[in-house]
Amino acid sequence: MTETQTPVEAVGTARPTLLEARDLHVGFPSRGRRARAVDGVDLAIGEGEIVALVGESGCGKTTLARTLLGLERPTSGSVLYGGTALEYGSKALKAYRREVQLVLQDPMGSLNPRQTVYEAVAEGPRIHGLPGEQEVVASALSRAGLRPPERFFLRYPHELSGGQRQRVVIAGALALEPKVLIADEPVASLDASVRGEILALLLRLRDELGLSALVVTHDLGLAWNIADRVAVMYLGRIVESGPVEQVLTAPRHPYTQALLSVLPESPERVVLTGEPPDPTRIPGGCRFHARCQVLASGRAAEAGVDGRCRAEPLAVLPAVPTAQAACHYAAAVD
Amino acid sequence: MALLELDDVSVTYRIAAGEVPAVRGVSLTLDAGTALGVAGESGSGKSTLAMALLRLLPRDARVGGRILLDGEDVLAMKWGRLRAVRWAEASIVFQGAQHGLNPVQRIGDQIAEPLLVHGLAKPDSARGRVAELLEQVGLPAWRARSYPHELSGGQRQRIMIAMALACSPRLIIADEPTTALDVMVQAQVLTLIKELLAERGISLIMISHDLSVLADVCDRLAVMYAGRVVEHGPSREVFHDPKHPYSAALAAAFPTVGDPVSRLAPKGLGGDPPDPMDLPPGCSFHPRCPVALDVCPTLDVELWPAGPERRAACVHVRPEKAEPAETTLEVS
Amino acid sequence: MSAVATGSVAWSRRRLAFGRFWRDFRQHRGGMVGLLALVVAVVLALVAPLFIDQSVTSVVSGTGAKFAPPSLAAPFGTDESGRSILLMVWWGSRTSLLIGFLAALLSIVIGMVVGIAAGHFRGWLGATLMRITDWFLVLPSLITAMVLAAILGGSTFTIIVAIGVTTWPTTARLIRAQTLAVEARPYIERSKALGGGHWHITTRHVLPNVAPLLLASTTLEVASAIVTESTLAFLGVSANKTSWGTMLRASYDFGAATAGAWWYIIIPGLCILAVVMAFTLCGRALEAVLNPRLRKAG
Repeated sequence: MTETQTPVEAVGTARPTLLEARDLHVGFPSRGRRARAVDGVDLAIGEGEIVALVGESGCGKTTLARTLLGLERPTSGSVLYGGTALEYGSKALKAYRREVQLVLQDPMGSLNPRQTVYEAVAEGPRIHGLPGEQEVVASALSRAGLRPPERFFLRYPHELSGGQRQRVVIAGALALEPKVLIADEPVASLDASVRGEILALLLRLRDELGLSALVVTHDLGLAWNIADRVAVMYLGRIVESGPVEQVLTAPRHPYTQALLSVLPESPERVVLTGEPPDPTRIPGGCRFHARCQVLASGRAAEAGVDGRCRAEPLAVLPAVPTAQAACHYAAAVD
Repeated sequence: MALLELDDVSVTYRIAAGEVPAVRGVSLTLDAGTALGVAGESGSGKSTLAMALLRLLPRDARVGGRILLDGEDVLAMKWGRLRAVRWAEASIVFQGAQHGLNPVQRIGDQIAEPLLVHGLAKPDSARGRVAELLEQVGLPAWRARSYPHELSGGQRQRIMIAMALACSPRLIIADEPTTALDVMVQAQVLTLIKELLAERGISLIMISHDLSVLADVCDRLAVMYAGRVVEHGPSREVFHDPKHPYSAALAAAFPTVGDPVSRLAPKGLGGDPPDPMDLPPGCSFHPRCPVALDVCPTLDVELWPAGPERRAACVHVRPEKAEPAETTLEVS
Repeated sequence: MSAVATGSVAWSRRRLAFGRFWRDFRQHRGGMVGLLALVVAVVLALVAPLFIDQSVTSVVSGTGAKFAPPSLAAPFGTDESGRSILLMVWWGSRTSLLIGFLAALLSIVIGMVVGIAAGHFRGWLGATLMRITDWFLVLPSLITAMVLAAILGGSTFTIIVAIGVTTWPTTARLIRAQTLAVEARPYIERSKALGGGHWHITTRHVLPNVAPLLLASTTLEVASAIVTESTLAFLGVSANKTSWGTMLRASYDFGAATAGAWWYIIIPGLCILAVVMAFTLCGRALEAVLNPRLRKAG
């Protein structure tokens, strides 16, 4: 890369970029075809920033998260951490693990049932040979809200409640003192009453430790609860991104509008028909056009963009913090 | 008239370590053509209660009280009668649609199975009925020839609903029917359920931990905690103006997007669900209650009236005259 | 709480877990009978040198009559050279059990390493390992073992190798399937994200999860190795040491059946049967105790 100045710096936001995806493509074979799970994504996560990556299952959000973690290799494009491109040698990756950590959806499955809480949290420090293992484990547990930590050392996952298990998983990640947490549906399998507690924990970790987070979710309420910025993903691309207040209260992309409209409290529903489409067959033109309610209702035709919706692909949205949408109609009516 | 009446229903599991009271004296009624939502966290007894309605619990569970379906006690039914009631009068849609279907059998055959078993259709006429059912749940008739793995999660959940509808039951019990589904697919399934309720006059009992979903679909809501109903009433009112602090916590868990109060302020409930074998004394909720009073650990709470058609089991709605001898309470 | 305390509490946890295991195992009467029989057999084999020595198998030191029926002097009768069948069987148990244990160990170790590697490394390495496993699986193992033993020459060591290298593929298949199941669990993903390498994941997560299966299958493997050893010996490939298998071979060679010396055939045969049964009973009980799915069903 010769271009060193990132778009974020160009706009001059208060938060320097920590983790970034640049023109990222990830594909893999799927039933004899090629699935373009991530199909051109620019995304930046600033220091101390919580970004929500929202989309339906199959939109590529989990693949994007795994690629940002270095668990998946991009087909093209790069992942940048602190401005330098991620390398995939085992040594470089191991060092990267101390910076960027993972929290998975299902806390029961993320913990080895044969390991005690202590062993689960100590796993990272042991792998990296950190000194003072016991202090590290104790402080990680108490930062994750399991106090006093000694009480939990020798418990097994099945002896804990769902919320406690997720705290153990978070403590395991915190034990490496990472700068970024990537959380894939961190509360989706938790009870409603526990959900807020875990989200509050993520917010507190940001405030206390300056931790950045990318929270992958299909739940817009979660984004509203904790995220600074939101990126809405559809079929391998980010179709709308920007500050949460702007995107979620005044969505410009029809897909975001539809997602918001089906929330229980919203007045008017736009229930998209059909299932989320297939990443092995990405339609031409705007990739959302086949399900787009604006196109179907004829409003796009009124604005004179219906032809472009069907034929003209949209550019990849740059990694800027301001609100933006990849939509011909939104661009035409603004 | 009431289609379903639960009178002091209790369920106790007997395990090696002793007895686990999962449901402790639940009384509810469901009028024909209405929908009742049962909310609560895992371990609150809501799923156990749903299974008890059709006597689907494992053998180590003991059910007490009365469950009247159309005036007939489900708990006293003979085996043959019970079999007829399951499916034909009341059927159940489980959570986790991927496990509810036989992976090596075509969808159509699975939907037709209860029809054939109960002699409601001949093999040739069953095919037409299957097509009709698929259409009702918004799937094309040719899907009958598909295998479960060829369908998406939302489609499989539709199939489960089609199977539940097969024998035209009057009551459907849906246990977390939209958990693990995407928002858009969840909206599709909920829309389908609402349409079915409106068009066919089916009654519904829906179980979920998501109060907002229940409030959206159901007429009335019952919130369960530690095996008891702690609040019930019209769903909108319970959701928007909960009287029990536990209902309030559940209602606040899923924020309204655009509501400045919940922005960057996720609301949760501290503490952990109680161990059913070691329930806290008095009001079981008091150790986690943000507005608990000194009397709560010793107070025998019951469902006191809490407004029109509403009841809540909380000291804060306790009627004044029922006040025992102790000091007057400051209700905050 | 100090690190030492943590360690000791963890240790007491383990002791507790073992106590639970033992309590469950005791529920299985068959398993207990098998275990008892095994302990007796192993102890007898170990203490044999305190009472007798190699000379009981020497052809020249046979003191009794040829093919003498059971009597007080030789409770299980004598063989063609007048040696006591009882002492021969006792001494021979050392070879039989040694070959059984070591061959099973070899087979299990190869099977475990190949199985875990094949399950852990997808891609060409795993595929190659599986093809090799399949190739060994379709080889007629008895004939391969005979050929191997014949080429390598007959010693205890070569018999162990011959049995070990021909019986590992089934274990490898079993372990690979279990490894695949474990590797699909999210905690493996978590461990990778924590920075765990191949060695870490296989030894810390996969191995502890396949270990119970491995233990149960080891006991069954020992039984089958003892049978294989006897079969090989009967077919003429042996370690040139007295074992139950070589005794059977000799009884056949010297026409014990036609001579009416039933004891010469029955006694070693019963020994094999008893030990194999004991191992099988233990293995089944272990399987039932350690496999949670079986436990739930039972």
